[in-house]
Formats: sequence, structure tokens, C-alpha cells
Amino acid sequence: MALTNEILKQKLSDKFGEQLTEWDEQYGLLTVRMPAEANLKVMQHLYDAEAFQFLTDLTAIHYPERTGEELCVVYHLHNLVENIRLRLKVYVPVEKPDVYTATKVFSGANWMERETYDNLGINFVGHPNLTRILNVDEMDYFPLRKEYQMEDPTRTDKDDEMFGRGGSI
Amino acid sequence: MSEQTQHHIQLAEESLAKQSTTLNLGPTHPATHGVFQNIMEIDGERVLSTEPTIGYIHRAFEKIAERRPYYQVTPLTDRLNYCSAPINNMGWHMTIEKLLGIKTPKRVDYMRVIIMELARIADHLICNSVVAVDTGALTGFTYVFQWRELIYEIYEEVCGSRLTTNIGRVGGFERNFTQAAWDKINKFMEGFPKVMREFEALLNRNRIFMERCIGAGPISAERALNYSFTGPNLRAAGVDYDLRVAQPYSSYEDFDFKIPVGTTGDVYDRYMVRNDEIWESYKIIEQALVKIAKLEQEDPTQKDVFYAPESDHYHLPAKQDVYTKMEALIFHFKMVMGEIDVLPGEVYHGVEGANGEVGYYLISDGGRTPYRLHFRRPCFIYYQAYPEIVSGGLLSDAIITLSSLNVIAGELDA
Repeated sequence: MALTNEILKQKLSDKFGEQLTEWDEQYGLLTVRMPAEANLKVMQHLYDAEAFQFLTDLTAIHYPERTGEELCVVYHLHNLVENIRLRLKVYVPVEKPDVYTATKVFSGANWMERETYDNLGINFVGHPNLTRILNVDEMDYFPLRKEYQMEDPTRTDKDDEMFGRGGSI
Repeated sequence: MSEQTQHHIQLAEESLAKQSTTLNLGPTHPATHGVFQNIMEIDGERVLSTEPTIGYIHRAFEKIAERRPYYQVTPLTDRLNYCSAPINNMGWHMTIEKLLGIKTPKRVDYMRVIIMELARIADHLICNSVVAVDTGALTGFTYVFQWRELIYEIYEEVCGSRLTTNIGRVGGFERNFTQAAWDKINKFMEGFPKVMREFEALLNRNRIFMERCIGAGPISAERALNYSFTGPNLRAAGVDYDLRVAQPYSSYEDFDFKIPVGTTGDVYDRYMVRNDEIWESYKIIEQALVKIAKLEQEDPTQKDVFYAPESDHYHLPAKQDVYTKMEALIFHFKMVMGEIDVLPGEVYHGVEGANGEVGYYLISDGGRTPYRLHFRRPCFIYYQAYPEIVSGGLLSDAIITLSSLNVIAGELDA
């Protein structure tokens, strides 16, 4: 029987119960939030039992208004046998952005995690070489965080209102 | 007599004791075909290890995209893989269409397929002829590039530019294909097979080329999957994963084509997979032309369909209307100012780029710009396997491995 989002959701709920929250299915892609300390457990289970053996993408998002869980790490996994995708999310506070590295499961996560660290400062615990990859080594901030605005902050004619967001972020 | 200062090269302490040589390949080097660096440890001709450094042309596209209205992000996607920019452009348009729920007409899909497959041919031609150049055969390179040039002329007829195309708009194309564009496509379809066969005759069964490439830089299917390889490099290792078939977009399900796969994932397999994909792309374009002709024959009004009707609010009106009609002027102004309605939501859309899965992970908060946009760049992901592939091999194999992986610096650095 082909694996569908419903079956997968049922299977994962049976296995992890309350640990998985915020189920969502935007544009047909099953999305779920997992606790930061269980991310490896969930991914290893998906890898071994459900054939999600392909890490399509790994990145992070900064939501400054979500106090206590400002940074969101997003994994896109792909089951190539059943041809079904799954999006996993982990939220961590910006003061202590620790997430276990996925490099043990996926070799390809190595540079993706370095890029995410470089841009958003997620600390991937256990990563073999967590250094900057795209930006210069001397950089002392994480540029994709929302507090760094693209425009010159002294300019008043180009504020966030210009981009449909009313006031500053 | 004035005292001359003598300059000594400052060598690190351990560099005198070690038996191996450090070789600095890049950042600008003819063999890298792009701006990135490899610091290699070599023992004679053998590569012991290599340390890739990237980021020399990092342009912070993801940050820039957060302050660009949706249509202004398209030129950023050009500059990822500049060898096949139209695929990136259309992948981005399709991402927004997915977010907005726009369904494009069949004719638009087929026109897109033609342009995307031409782009794939152009990209594969560059990669394969560069592999040939790095193995010492310059002739094929100069020969097929005339036809790549013709592909660029087709882009030029369609959108006005050649390398960084900014082709198409949300919902379709900015204007219909001109007769000159169709003529050039037909010219390409007529002349290209002969040239391609000659290019194949030069290399495919060439003893020297085969000896040089077979067994160089191999990767197993398991490692390739674990490294999140996609595209021809994954298929050369024997995994038949192609997004055009796995999760069809732009009506690829209407076409009949094969997915070429290799077995060992070495340079020769990668070369052959790309070579066969050129033929498959050629077949797809042939079918697309027939399908478009059929659509137009059944319903002559189809000739004027080049964008989705429901994307009117996202599609710039024709210039003569802007100057003469009030509504068109208002729409034009609103769109250029980025005042279009975009739903909040998050969407991932992947297309089969020439190098693998080009993915767009877009988070919209309803503003005029993406809240967050992440590009899944296939080069960036598979290039990290390079040290593992070349370690233990010959230095000359490392060079052709680099060119056969088709590492594009723009895509590497975003």
C-alpha cells in the first residue's frame, strides 16, 4: 500500500505520540514540529523504518516575535521509494540555539548545517567542523537574522512599510 | 654598497618535516572553471586529501530576496546556475504559482518545457565539452558551442537577453514567442542532431577518452544518496531519481522520455548520462512542438495564449495598453511597486535543474517580499562530497572529476 500523508501521520503519531505537534499539510507537504532534543531520534527512526533516506534541504528561519523559540530549523526529507516528502521543524531560543547535528545520519547535512550556522547562528551540537562557509571567517554576527536590515538604517524613505509590513520588524 | 634585504618564504614548521606536497588549486585557476579553491595534499601524483574553500562569490541572495518584490527575485535566480538560467527562473515562477494556486494553460507549460529543455541541453553541452577539454580534446568544445550560441539566440528572441535571462513571468511569459523564435527553434531541431552525433563520434567510444575517464572519480549509489546528490551525478551512480518523472511539474507527465542511468558513478558515466539526457531533451522538445501545433490546430485562439488568464493581477500588461488605457496603467504601477496580494504560507517547490534538484523554500507572511527564501542549490550540496571522491586518486583524475561534477560557482555560493 502506498504511503500517504495520513498513513505516515498515523504511524508517526503512534510511535512518538505527544512529542510531535503542530501537524500541517500546506500544499500537500506533511509538516510536523518535533522537540529539539528528539530531532535525531525522529530522523533516525524515519531513516530506518520509513525509508526517508534522502535529505533534500536543511535551513532555518528567524521569527523575532516568537519569544523563547525564535529560530526554526527546517528539514525536508524525501522518501524516494514511496516518493513522498516530509517537512520537520525544530524551534530553539535565540539565546541557546542548540540542535543536534544530522551529519551522523546524512553526510550531506554537513555543508547545509554549516551554511545554516553561518547565516543564522544555529549551533549544531556534534558537528565535525562547524565553521563559516560562505561569509568571511571574521564576521561576528549572523546576517540572515531579522535584526540586520538590508537597507541603510539611517534612511527613512525606505522602511518596512514599503514592503507591506507596517513599521519596523 | 647598499645592503639588500633578503626575503624568505615563511614556511610552517611542520611543512618541512612532512613528505607530502601542498598544492593550491584556485581560487582562480583554469581547471576549476569557477571561483573556488582546493588546498590539496598530494604525494607524488596521488591526492591524499583536499580542503575545499567556497564563498568567493557569495552575494547573499537569500538576504537580498527578503527586500525584493516577488518579480524582482527572478533576476537573482538567474545568477545561481548561469549556464541554465531559464530553468531557475521558471522554477521560481512555478513556486509563486504554487503559492497563489495559479494553473497555467497547456500551451504555456509546453513553451516552458521547450525553453527548459533547451537550457538543459546548453548546460550539458558546456559540462561535457569541458570534460573533453580537460582530457585534452579542445575541438569538440568549439564545435558544439556554435549550437549553444543558437540556444542563446532563442532565449534572446523570447526574452531579450542571453546569459542571465530573467525569462518568463508569474503565470507564463512576458510576451508570446515571435515567429523568429519559432524559426530558430526549428533551425536548432534540424541542425543539432548531426552536430551532436559528430561530437559523440569524437568522444563516446574514443579509446583515449575512455581510458582517461573510466574509473576516475567514482561514487557509489549509497554514498551519493547519503550526500543528497541529485540530477545527472546521482543518476550516473545508478539511482533513477528525476523530478520530472517523480513529481512532474509543467505538464512533464505528458511527455515520453527515458531517464538514463549509469552504474559506477565515475566520470565516464556522468559524461554518458549527460550525453543521453541531451538526446532525451531533444526528444521532449520534438514532442512539445508537435503538442503545441496540435493545440493550435484544434483551437486557433490558442496561438495567443502565453500566460495564465487568472494571473492577470501578477502579469504586467502590454506596454501599448499601459500608455493608452487607465486600468492597464494602474495595474502596471501596482505591480511594479510590488503591491500584489500574496497569501501567507510556506511552500517548497523543486524542479529538475541541469545539475539536479533546484528547490525554492518560500515563506510568505502576506507582505510584498518573501519573509524568508531559501534556495536548494544542487551544486552546493554535492560539492561537499568532492574530498571523499578524489582522495586516493590521481591529481589528473581530480581535475576531470571537478569538471564532470559540473560545479558552478554561482550555484555554489548563492
